[in-house]
Amino acid sequence: MSSNIVAILYLISALLFIFALRGLSHPESSRMGNIFGMIGMIIAVFTTLMFKSVLSYYEIGAAILIGGAIGSFIALRIEMTALPQLVAAFHSLVGLAAVFVAAAAFYDPVAFNIGKIGSIKIASLVEMSIGTFIGAITFSGSVLAFGKLQGTISGKPLVFKFQHLINALIFLLILFLIVLFVINQSPIIFWTIVVISILLGFLVVIPIGGADMPVVVSMLNSYSGWAACGIGFTLSNNLLIITGALVGASGAILSYIMSKGMNRSIINVVLGGFGGEQESSSNKDNSDKIVKQGNAEDAAYIMKNADSVIIVPGYGMAVAQAQHALREMGDILKKEGIEVRYAIHPVAGRMPGHMNVLLAEANVPYEEVLELDEINHDFPMTEVSFVIGANDVTNPAAKTDESSPIYGMPILDVEKSQSVLFVKRSMATGYSGVDNELFYRDNTTMLFGDAKKMCEDIVKSLSA
Amino acid sequence: MEKLDWSNLNNMEAHSSEVFVIGLTVFFLACIIGYYVVWSVTPALHSPLMGVTNAISSVIIVGAILAAGPQGFDTSKIFGLIGVVLASVNIFGGFLVTYRMLSMFKKKTKKTKEKE
Repeated sequence: MSSNIVAILYLISALLFIFALRGLSHPESSRMGNIFGMIGMIIAVFTTLMFKSVLSYYEIGAAILIGGAIGSFIALRIEMTALPQLVAAFHSLVGLAAVFVAAAAFYDPVAFNIGKIGSIKIASLVEMSIGTFIGAITFSGSVLAFGKLQGTISGKPLVFKFQHLINALIFLLILFLIVLFVINQSPIIFWTIVVISILLGFLVVIPIGGADMPVVVSMLNSYSGWAACGIGFTLSNNLLIITGALVGASGAILSYIMSKGMNRSIINVVLGGFGGEQESSSNKDNSDKIVKQGNAEDAAYIMKNADSVIIVPGYGMAVAQAQHALREMGDILKKEGIEVRYAIHPVAGRMPGHMNVLLAEANVPYEEVLELDEINHDFPMTEVSFVIGANDVTNPAAKTDESSPIYGMPILDVEKSQSVLFVKRSMATGYSGVDNELFYRDNTTMLFGDAKKMCEDIVKSLSA
Repeated sequence: MEKLDWSNLNNMEAHSSEVFVIGLTVFFLACIIGYYVVWSVTPALHSPLMGVTNAISSVIIVGAILAAGPQGFDTSKIFGLIGVVLASVNIFGGFLVTYRMLSMFKKKTKKTKEKE
């Protein structure tokens, strides 16, 4: 196949990837977009298989089948609540694949047309080592993020002295090794770069945890794109460069949106340590304040007599798998003629858009699910806010208390509605470690218990 | 060595710095397209967006296939095959999980319309 035809087929594939992302501007066009993405990938793979140098069809076919079977199995089995972990795990694979492709190019430069062993083109060496570096960081960072999200590793940020200085020194060391690698092209240095980059990936994610996980996941998404880009430059392959840039931009924008949702800069998030020291921020003594406690019947009564209810779900809902029971509750209320809507804070859940997917899974129509700026001005006209598994994103201290760590964060104005129902397991603070003054207000009723159980009980009371 | 002429996306005659500059041009234009396309994604679909980007970033499989392509077995080929497996997990997993997510966003719309 002539190189022009190859280039054109790759271009078509790249365009299809762009359409795949474009389709996501609306749920109705999104499925077609996903299909475009698949077609693009099929074209890319088959075009590459047509290359004259590609002869081992059986081995490659077997590899695709093995990988495809594993991927399909996981994707079809995964619980929607576990999406963030899954995405983190997938990112780690992209990173690792990038490292392997770079290594393959290093060991067989002829196959990639970048020179001969021992005399690879300098530009290719630089691109190769950058691709390796980003790929390795993506790999280990994602593995750690996976562990934190899965709960196998403590989700708490781990901060130690000179952390950032050490990271900076390691980064400089890697730069030095890359220079060395370009000069002497030694395999030992190549693998040293891999190992140290893996170490750096761990160190970069270690200080970030808790509510910052959505930013980490998006950041790693971005890295996986840049890694693909690095490999694209090494192979002078425009398809890889374009796709890598699209993915990189996407992850970067998501990170930005998430950080903005917490009124923090990306740098602040990356430096980490947020929400680590619970005791320092919740030093105000609230033991003498009175909390109004209620049960499922009270909640059912309050909502039944309302005209409008806004439900504010948070990560607690996901943990308790309460979305189905919650939707059932919403359905009954709607049948009673009550307006039910859902308000999603940008950083609710453990990855961007996580709550939307969970509610969609529970068959909540997406027209009823609104973003912060779409619904926030409706709270004053709302009778009941039903907050389930969320905390920090409703805390008025973000607007009033300048000393609060969450000061300036955009919040859902649930305090403006006539009454607030809080479903929580205990009085514990959210990830920020900040006490929520809303709990002590007269118009707030606390519903202590498991989110799912509470919703089921409310459903029972409503139908009774 | 006679096989050298195949994968010539980068024009062999072209100077390597020229190739790099073309790559850089493509890179920046793609970043700008990415910027505008991603901002147009509705926030409700940010999770599927991650699923799709995950799948398409595995287009890195192209490089892995090139490495795994030649006959015989050497280090490079083994690395290539591992790369193909890893990328395939992502491609299938990424597109399928996105498909699952997106079909959830479909179901209820129909359901509500039926109800109405």
